[in-house]
Amino acid sequence: MKARHDLAVIGAGPAGMAAATLAAELGIDTLVLDEQETPGGQIYRSVEQPSLADLAPLGPDYRRGIELALAFRRSSAELAGGAVVWQIRPDRTINLTRAGDGMEVGADHVLIATGAMERPFPIPGWTLPGVMTAGAAQTLMKSAGLVAEDGVVLAGCGPLLFQLASQYLQAGVRPGAIVETTPRGNYWRAASGLPMAWASEGYLKKGLALLRAIKASGVPFHRRAQNLRVLGETRADALEFESGGKTRWIETPLLLLHQGVVPNANLAMATGITHNWDPVQLCWRPETGHWGGTNREGIAVAGDGAGIGGAVAAEHGGRLAALEIARRLGRITAEERDERATVERAALRRHLRARPFLDSLYRPPDALRRPADDTTLACRCEEVTAGEIRRQAELGLTDLNALKSQSRCGMGPCQGRLCALTAVELLAETHRVDPADIGPLRIRPPARPVDLTAIMAFDDGTIPPEAALPKETAAPGAKA
Amino acid sequence: MSESARSPDVIIIGGGIQGCSTAVHLGLKGVSALVIEKNYPGRHASGVNAGGVNRIGRFPSELPLSALSLEIWHDIESLVDDDCGFVPNGRVKIAESDAEMEKLRARFHLVRNLGHDYERLLDRHELRELEPDVAEHCVGGIVAPGCGHANPFRTTTAFARKARALGQTILEGVRVEKVSRAAGVWTVRTDSGNFQAPVLVNTAGAWGDRISAQMGEEVPMETIAPMLMVTARMPPVIRGVMGATDRILSIKQVPNGTVIIGGGYRGTADRDAETTVLDYKKLAYNAKIATEMFPKLKGARIVRSWAGIEGRMADAIPVISPSMTEESCFHAFGFSAHGFNLGPAVGRVLSELINAGQTNIPLEAFRIDRFAKA
Repeated sequence: MKARHDLAVIGAGPAGMAAATLAAELGIDTLVLDEQETPGGQIYRSVEQPSLADLAPLGPDYRRGIELALAFRRSSAELAGGAVVWQIRPDRTINLTRAGDGMEVGADHVLIATGAMERPFPIPGWTLPGVMTAGAAQTLMKSAGLVAEDGVVLAGCGPLLFQLASQYLQAGVRPGAIVETTPRGNYWRAASGLPMAWASEGYLKKGLALLRAIKASGVPFHRRAQNLRVLGETRADALEFESGGKTRWIETPLLLLHQGVVPNANLAMATGITHNWDPVQLCWRPETGHWGGTNREGIAVAGDGAGIGGAVAAEHGGRLAALEIARRLGRITAEERDERATVERAALRRHLRARPFLDSLYRPPDALRRPADDTTLACRCEEVTAGEIRRQAELGLTDLNALKSQSRCGMGPCQGRLCALTAVELLAETHRVDPADIGPLRIRPPARPVDLTAIMAFDDGTIPPEAALPKETAAPGAKA
Repeated sequence: MSESARSPDVIIIGGGIQGCSTAVHLGLKGVSALVIEKNYPGRHASGVNAGGVNRIGRFPSELPLSALSLEIWHDIESLVDDDCGFVPNGRVKIAESDAEMEKLRARFHLVRNLGHDYERLLDRHELRELEPDVAEHCVGGIVAPGCGHANPFRTTTAFARKARALGQTILEGVRVEKVSRAAGVWTVRTDSGNFQAPVLVNTAGAWGDRISAQMGEEVPMETIAPMLMVTARMPPVIRGVMGATDRILSIKQVPNGTVIIGGGYRGTADRDAETTVLDYKKLAYNAKIATEMFPKLKGARIVRSWAGIEGRMADAIPVISPSMTEESCFHAFGFSAHGFNLGPAVGRVLSELINAGQTNIPLEAFRIDRFAKA
């Protein structure tokens, strides 16, 4: 890692790998920073050394990641693994921690490719031991070869939930039940997107095949579940829900929750990039231009971090950002950029065609985003309940940041990752406005927790000028 | 809009702790006030400061005001119906050498000779009784037992809520554009229309000089961005509110176990954009001093860092003063990072000035025209 690079890419998932590979090919001195030691991101986690001997359960899409990682490794782009980026300054100096040491690196251009994270799933008991997200369970499978035991219950909605169920079945694990929360109305709303989705790169066919495999397995499949609640005192014993007009209970050793993914936006937000509320995907997304550029000079965002489009769309978005960066660095002309962009844009469009359908179908119901039960935790770090947020809203707080300062919701180590979306929707609901009118949380650096000793690494021996300020003890104004 | 908003007795520009406190104290006297706040109460310095409630090391000119404020702090709940998270766990200045201890001793006698009897000197052993985890090299200190810290945002919010409960109006998200006075009435032009009242109060914090300048009262104030860091929750390391003597450090552990590290190292502020940029080289130095004085902090993790936007006067004490060029106008701004602790008293003093034209607290040192005379 040199002190300065032409381009620093943050995140080695599909967008980051594709962008870095192309940038390097165009002669750009490229550094890629990722929290993991190896490339892949969350979607292609541990793709170079899969922990499962048989890759079949992970499916053909995972293999695409192998190709991407190979091309990236063959390129001249440098990967700095185990790097936690916690601040990008306006001059594009990046602060990071690596192996416990604080360090900084400069770049002419920065591409934020921090991908997606799972949407919070705030139901009563969601923070009990014995409850995980489906995404975390899938990561364990990819990185450590760990699969759940028989009887695991998967609840929620979204492609990842069904993908994981099918992966478990292929790995010989029999889930206790699948509890799907998609309301009936979503099917109607999604219907208009169906023709376009059908034409889109087989997303629908793959999805239907997954569902068929799950149904064929005979695993109990509950539809249109409502009023989900985790039962248990010190750990999750069972999931309670209503489906088909009946209240049901399913005992389980492990409950996996999932209701879609949203941009992992904390770093981009902490960088001062403008974010807007996406009323369809129900999340904040950065305001990006044609090439991923933002209101911060020289800083672009690509991939799912710029709006959920999926792993393949992320590759194309990453390459488009790389092309513009290459043009700005003088490696290619605007004409070359546009010519190379044509094929990327066409592919991006094809892969985004299924989005309206998927977004409508898997839109999580209001009740699972804005917990009606006042005792439900919204912020697990600081243990702030939905009821407390409503109470503060009713007392007059209208700003998410004011709510944070007053209630500590979002002040814990996760910096709002697990609560900010719940909190903004609760505030908006109470005041009967749109989340866009409330605005996002101001994320403060460090975007990830940092050891105090790592911050001390920035001490260069100079004493700040403040040390020479007159001290109050010296008592000027003593005449009074 | 309520009566107090349509034709208030007083318009207050700025809904920080000074403005909200003034609205509360006026409300208690039956004087209606309209607070005009460009963001929300506590958005900047009032809500994001370190929360020190402290008169140790105060400039002597601030001591009477500070003493009144501490009195109010100790009974804050009866004023605003919220304890504001006030914890009077003692404020300590630590001496890291015999020379520093000498300075503290001199300060102790100075304050005593001014008639204030609230500080106590600590020898090596007494310091460790209070703070068992202090580093070996620290030789002693000085303590002000009744001081401590409070939750700044919660405090400012409590004052805002109390003001509203008393019938005062606080307009949020409304920006003042221009103030003018004609025929005994102040007109405040905002981006949401004009408001009028016979009396005007300028508690606009780091923007207060812009209001006073409209009255021909230009003052030397700079915008500063004092930085703070906060750790994840950790086991007890620090019992009181600690400060260094010759070096700059202010550090405390709040009841939830997080440690707040600061002291006044500055980032840079852009007061028009209302943004700050942190300087990690300085925070590194800040962290170094903190771990030198409390070695157990080496295991701490920082979860957030930030800076407030504050106005600092050239002589580092605030302006608390009637306007010298206009009738029926009062300034209280530029608190130079001492304002939070003084807020509960400043509101009372201003309400006395507005109502009775006088107060028992000496304010001569804070006159707005003191710079012109110099």
